[in-house]
Amino acid sequence: MQRIDRLGVLLSFSGALALTLLPLVVFKANRIVPGEPRALLDLVPTAALALYFTLAVAAAVAVFIQSPRIRLLTALIGIAALAIAVASAADILTPAGNRVVRVAPGAGFWIVLIALGLLATDALTRLRPGPVLRVATLVVFLAATLAALGSGFFDDLSIMREYAVNATRFAHEAQRHLLLALGSLGAAVIVALPLGVLCHRQPRLRNAVLGVLNVVQTIPSIALFGILMAPLAAMALAFPALAALGLSGIGAAPAAIALFLYSLLPIVGNTVVGLGRVSPAAVDAARGMGLTAGQILRQIELPLALPTILTGIRIVLVQNIGLVTIAALIGGGGFGAFVFQGIGQTAIDLVLLGAIPTVVLAFSASVVLDALTDLTRRVPR
Amino acid sequence: MIQIDKLCKRYGESTVVDDVSMVIEPRTMTTIVGTSGSGKSTLLRMINRLVEPTSGRVLLDGNDTTAEPAYLLRRRIGYAIQGLGLFPHRTVADNIATVPRLLGWSAERVSARVTELLELFQLDPGLYAAKYPHELSGGQQQRVGVARALAAKPNVLLMDEPFGALDPIIRTKAQDDLLGIQRRFGTTIILVTHDIDEAFRLGDRVAVMSQGRLLQHDRPAALLTQPADPFVAQLTGSGDKSLKLLSLTTAGEVADQGIVTGPNVSWSMSLRNVLAELVWCGAAAATVVGPDGDPIGHVTLASILARGRQAR
Repeated sequence: MQRIDRLGVLLSFSGALALTLLPLVVFKANRIVPGEPRALLDLVPTAALALYFTLAVAAAVAVFIQSPRIRLLTALIGIAALAIAVASAADILTPAGNRVVRVAPGAGFWIVLIALGLLATDALTRLRPGPVLRVATLVVFLAATLAALGSGFFDDLSIMREYAVNATRFAHEAQRHLLLALGSLGAAVIVALPLGVLCHRQPRLRNAVLGVLNVVQTIPSIALFGILMAPLAAMALAFPALAALGLSGIGAAPAAIALFLYSLLPIVGNTVVGLGRVSPAAVDAARGMGLTAGQILRQIELPLALPTILTGIRIVLVQNIGLVTIAALIGGGGFGAFVFQGIGQTAIDLVLLGAIPTVVLAFSASVVLDALTDLTRRVPR
Repeated sequence: MIQIDKLCKRYGESTVVDDVSMVIEPRTMTTIVGTSGSGKSTLLRMINRLVEPTSGRVLLDGNDTTAEPAYLLRRRIGYAIQGLGLFPHRTVADNIATVPRLLGWSAERVSARVTELLELFQLDPGLYAAKYPHELSGGQQQRVGVARALAAKPNVLLMDEPFGALDPIIRTKAQDDLLGIQRRFGTTIILVTHDIDEAFRLGDRVAVMSQGRLLQHDRPAALLTQPADPFVAQLTGSGDKSLKLLSLTTAGEVADQGIVTGPNVSWSMSLRNVLAELVWCGAAAATVVGPDGDPIGHVTLASILARGRQAR
């Protein structure tokens, strides 16, 4: 008796429903009018049939086959077939040399893509790859995606059209996004790590510091940007030297400061928790054998607390990559600039040009830091 | 020699160690026994200054222990505690190498010493050096803990309930190993325990503490025959005083010349166990066998009973 995979049933059912009810391809006369769905089968019959066949196989595998390797392989083939079919349709639909029409992937495309993506990640999880292999998989996946996008095959798709128009700015905003997210994280680590150690040593300080940071964490990001605006603008006015350095009420400065403040609690909190979990016997033995306080901190306490601290840093990095998007509202730049511009112009493709890289960035940061955490955790819980 | 001179430790109103003075002879094992809260651990921890005394002083070979920074003092004194405090993120070899590395030994000297100690504690270096503490059994962890404490060849070893977490069989083995090491290296050992049997079994001298005060510090037999305090009598003599006394003497120490018919007993067996053996076999005397397996004499039931009577 064949065992039936419940996740596979759910994914196949959602995919099939999406394929029947929702369009895979949407044609728009220009970038802001609502699109009209087009049938893939009429546009690119061969690619469409190949896609339907591949998806049927993927559904069968998802329901009946338990082997994670086979499930992963079919999911990846499915994603490739999906991308190729939609890109071919875009190629057919776009008149040569026309830069006004937009061919966008439809809702059906996104749902099927998510279903296949979930099938792939579920299979990957079942394979239980080690930390190094996980990062390697991520790198291969990102490289393959970039190579595919760079090949020109997908250039007629709407998002790539938006990219082509904004290519220079995209690189700039990407740099800005990373700089804000990583810079605020770096500054936070420099401050929060010693603060966490102090809080571990001084219980009274701990309650005060964590209390204040907890309050900071509850301020909504837009409100915090607003709160920072007035004092920063006043400071820039009062000290022209600071203004010359780039400090002003709007822009990157309040964004960086707000992100820095949000980053403190997870790192301080996890440092305190991590140090608190270090076996008191190990610390007592270390003292008894003649390690100095500094040696105990560097050689015993911090290494043992490192996995917990890294978990805090992961939370901060993923959170910051998301929050930087909001910073675009006050002129902080980053991928959020595309999102808000797209919303303003009702150009959904431009929104996606900002949103998708943000998600990919956050996901990659999470995978890399998870792997680092695993590598440093040599002691089982 | 360790001289403890009018040592006191007070935390606010409560006095944890109250005016304790004692002298610990070199190359001996002293056990400090008492109930929990008796101040025995605090007393031990004041010797290597993990706890700084409120008043009084400790002299190590005539030198005041406060003459040098505490961390330098501690590197010269071995230290092993209950639960061992092995560093979970370091291998067995790195754990043992802790103090030698702090003292700046060369890498070759450190690794040679680690290998030597692992072999001494019957842990195959090839198999165990690279393991992490959580990969070892409780008894193996305990041996690594003691090996680590001995790594830099300290003259003095402080042990705080080192066998507390072991089951009885491994515990006896660990105690035997410790006695062997003490005899072999002549290390001055001070061991804190709440287990009176362990204190008697290991200590050349036993110090009894209660409510911060040192009640008696003497040979185990003296504690049984001349208790200085009702608490000592209560602690040492709960009905099996005679058997305790017998357990302090080995067959080899009291064997008479001549060979008799009866069961063979090892020279290192305590008279208590010889008595048990004789009762079990229904014999009146036992032949004592030396370390090389040859008979060296005999003990009789009557002589054992006579020795047990001294307790009255």
